[in-house]
Amino acid sequence: MKQGLTALIAGTIFGLGLAVSGMMDPARVRGFLDVFGQWDPTLVFVMGGASVTMMIVWRFQRGLSSPLIAPSFHLPGTKDIDGRLITGATLFGIGWGIAGLCPGPGIASLLVNPIPAATFVGAMLIGMAIFRITEKPDA
Amino acid sequence: MIAAFPDAQPIEGLIGGVLIGLAAAIMLVGLGRIAGVSGITARAAGLTQSGPSRIVAALFVFGLLLGGAASHQFITPIESTFPPGLTWLIIGGLITGFGTRMGSGCTSGHGVCGMSRFSQRSIVSTVTFIASGIATVAIVNALGGGWS
Repeated sequence: MKQGLTALIAGTIFGLGLAVSGMMDPARVRGFLDVFGQWDPTLVFVMGGASVTMMIVWRFQRGLSSPLIAPSFHLPGTKDIDGRLITGATLFGIGWGIAGLCPGPGIASLLVNPIPAATFVGAMLIGMAIFRITEKPDA
Repeated sequence: MIAAFPDAQPIEGLIGGVLIGLAAAIMLVGLGRIAGVSGITARAAGLTQSGPSRIVAALFVFGLLLGGAASHQFITPIESTFPPGLTWLIIGGLITGFGTRMGSGCTSGHGVCGMSRFSQRSIVSTVTFIASGIATVAIVNALGGGWS
């Protein structure tokens, strides 16, 4: 209950951040990737603001033995830089460049621009399901 | 700076970025989880076993919708230009879904949470997907498919 409410608040703040920063506009995101055209550096500021905030939080996190409302931390421990990581990131970049959307802004746009957002998110879920079918079972 | 990049919104970008960082902070400090949208979405959709419980994942995803809509309604109307037609969105969405699961994260999980932790995997991932995105936009533009 407490965890669900916390996740809802975090998701809402995340969505607000995406909206305020202009990241829900695919043309703006595409503008960031269009370095050979009319480059739009806004995304650098978004990533900068988010990353600096989180750098401070990671320092604070090191002093905690457990999260505030969950029994333990579940953080990625994988260190491998392998073909799967690189191929996945390359494919994601292609999709990002084609649509001008990554998962967060796609979902945050569902109520504001339902038809294009639902088209993107629906296709994204199918893509995730296809990967699920083709991958070797992991965790 | 502003004159050189007329489309830039550095202030709005920074404010929004800090909000995204705060959201990631709540997930980390509160729930002990990475705020990775692709992973949490897959969890909410039942497409992976790893991550928070499905209801917690679903509520985070629902929050994203609420936050986007609330900002549009109460702060400032969102102006969005999407690719013309739905074909680009379908192709882009399919590849994004497949790629983010294969590469274990997207802009939020690797780009924000992982890089700020100096995870080498996340740095490699982020550099790769940005380079790949830049190449994709350049190729699409060269083929005459640019739309923004």
